[in-house]
Amino acid sequence: MAMKAIDPQYTADTKYALEVRNVDIYYSAFRAVKNCSFGMERNKITALIGPSGCGKSTVLRSLNRMNDLIAGARTEGEVLYRGQNLYDPDIDAVQVRRSIGMVFQKANPFPKSIYDNIAYGPRVNGWKGSKAEMDELVERALRGAALWDEVKDDLKKSGLAISGGQQQRLCIARALAVEPEVILMDEPCSALDPISTLKIEELMFELRQRYSIVIVTHNMQQAARASDNTVFFLMDKEDRAGQIVEYGPTEQIFQSPKDERTEQYISGRFG
Amino acid sequence: MSAEPVNRPSASTGRLPQGEEVKQNVASRQQRGKLWQASLLFSVVVGLSVLLMLAWNIANDAFGGIAVQADVEVETLTDGRPLEDLTQPELVALLEENLRSRVLRNLNREQPLAERDAENLIEVVLLEIVKPEVVATYKLADFLFNRAEIEAQLAEDFPRAELEFKSWVRWDFIVNPMSSNPVYAGVRTALLGTLWLLMLTILIAFPLGLGAAIYLEEYQSDKIFDERTPAGRFFNRVIARSTSIISTNIYNLSGVPSIIYGMLGLAIFVRALENFTSGAMFGVGGDATANGRTIISAALTMSLLVLPVVIISSQEAIKAVPSTLRQASLGLGATKWQTIWKIVLPNALPGILTGTILAISRAIGETAPLIVVGASTFIVTDPTSIFSKFTVLPIQIYNWTSRPQDEFRAIAAAAIIVLLILLLSLNATAILLRNYLRSRRVT
Ligand SMILES: Nc1ncnc2c1ncn2[C@@H]1O[C@H](COP(=O)(O)OP(=O)(O)OP(=O)(O)O)[C@@H](O)[C@H]1O
Ligand SMILES: [Mg+2]
Repeated sequence: MAMKAIDPQYTADTKYALEVRNVDIYYSAFRAVKNCSFGMERNKITALIGPSGCGKSTVLRSLNRMNDLIAGARTEGEVLYRGQNLYDPDIDAVQVRRSIGMVFQKANPFPKSIYDNIAYGPRVNGWKGSKAEMDELVERALRGAALWDEVKDDLKKSGLAISGGQQQRLCIARALAVEPEVILMDEPCSALDPISTLKIEELMFELRQRYSIVIVTHNMQQAARASDNTVFFLMDKEDRAGQIVEYGPTEQIFQSPKDERTEQYISGRFG
Repeated sequence: MSAEPVNRPSASTGRLPQGEEVKQNVASRQQRGKLWQASLLFSVVVGLSVLLMLAWNIANDAFGGIAVQADVEVETLTDGRPLEDLTQPELVALLEENLRSRVLRNLNREQPLAERDAENLIEVVLLEIVKPEVVATYKLADFLFNRAEIEAQLAEDFPRAELEFKSWVRWDFIVNPMSSNPVYAGVRTALLGTLWLLMLTILIAFPLGLGAAIYLEEYQSDKIFDERTPAGRFFNRVIARSTSIISTNIYNLSGVPSIIYGMLGLAIFVRALENFTSGAMFGVGGDATANGRTIISAALTMSLLVLPVVIISSQEAIKAVPSTLRQASLGLGATKWQTIWKIVLPNALPGILTGTILAISRAIGETAPLIVVGASTFIVTDPTSIFSKFTVLPIQIYNWTSRPQDEFRAIAAAAIIVLLILLLSLNATAILLRNYLRSRRVT
């Protein structure tokens, strides 16, 4: 079976790094998300917000086919990346995840040294180069995640022997090391203190210059502060399927929401 | 302690203890806990005493006293000088003086006496003239606590016999081959058989069991063939069905009595595959009389026996690797196999190895299936290849315990000690290996 490749030279001038079109996501017979369509602008931060259980994580995982790992999960519709539907049967999920990285809610460094945590991604992806070049790559990734200064003398230390905030930045650095185009983050700050949270938000602003970022967050201030566009999800009361209520520039969503449910949710009266 | 509750729910029908009641209530709950604790301690004590009884029972047989009586006392031969002090010519003279000419002729034919060294001559003197003979054996308990009675009885029955302490477990016992005389018999053949069996079983059962465990844990739900063609769908269904039957029945397989595995081994490895298991296929043919009743047959049978347990424990170890690590790896663009090889297996390895070694050490004590596949009960030649005839420690022990003489019971106990030491060191290896792997892994 010939695998289709995602065209690396693709430069169609859509403004979206990723675009979701009419996506329905099922867990076995249960439709968790319905009729989902939105775009994630290139070099912007897109925030997914909404009450618990409305399908934000589900949508996020569908963007790099992590839902494939859940038995019974099924996605209908299209997720477009470089003009290619990621759910085309001939597209290999491994290829997708290589270009669309993910940072999880709970920091999950490998039980390896900091260095090996970073080097893992390039190594499994067939990286070729000298030890010195790998050192350089590790440093670049750690600098990219604003972690270099804190760990540079201790790269042999276990990735689990650093603070929670540092671990989360290590996971970001690890994702950066494979040079993805899009980074997906599922509540990356939910287990962190305000200072670490701020650090990660600052980091996201930095990263935005080179990557497109999609972030799920429960923190309204964070969404308002740290995103360019916002997608608001809500669960349909009748069939309990999550759907998009409103989607647009963050400023507009937070200051003049078109839908009254959005307004209620943002002002904390709902959800 | 007894602050009045601020707001009691008014419409509630039930109530929680208040004030003094709280104290009583807590005390009675604690009391109940204490009772359970005491009964749990009782279980531990029972277990421990069973273990002690077992140890004592074995020691009682494996150590004790023997009464040795010589045909001729050494002192009367040498005028009170110890044998070791005699020179080589003196020893030769002594032998020529005391042995009948036919015996001398035989000895000389083996190797002329004059050419033998002193050490060898002393051995001959002891064996042919002094002829020490064990006339009675006593258990450790009797030897230690019933000394007077034993000595009185001995003085009556064998006035010339001497009572001495005897440990049946000793170096000679380990390196001597099988013999029909319990005093000279050793476990070398059986020990070597057990070691061969152990190594082979590990070599066969570990890769097979681990492979099956990885497949069942990681790949079972995968669709191998193209889902879009009817044939592909059909084969995927068949594979999914059969692996799910296997995985649900592994627990049942691990409960099948070991003798049934023995019968299976007899039918398949000894009979049907005789050409292979006797080595004839490769022209090595080991023992002509083995007819497939060889180490390799036994190892294959034992592998079948331990396979379910190896699979189950490997599956448990693989399951215990957090799925977040798998997701992290896959999320970076690693393939499934890379994730298994680089993340899952290194983290599961300590558990896998411990489980496997414990399963195999359990099987090494098995007797029934090996009797069925035809382990030899009396054999003096060491196993030299996987196509050799063999015996193993448990069978040797079984064989000795079924003899009537006290001495055989004693060496059976000594062999049990050897087997236990082997098993304990295996288990210790498992623990050390696990600790080593855990410490090497960065956590
Ligand atoms: N693995 C799964 N199997 C079955 N149903 C699932 C699974 N994961 C999520 N769901 C269901 O899908 C719906 C959406 O879940 P999802 O995790 O996407 O919500 P969420 O918006 O991320 O919630 P939260 O904010 O609490 O993380 C929920 O009804 C949930 O019960
Ligand atoms: Mg979620």
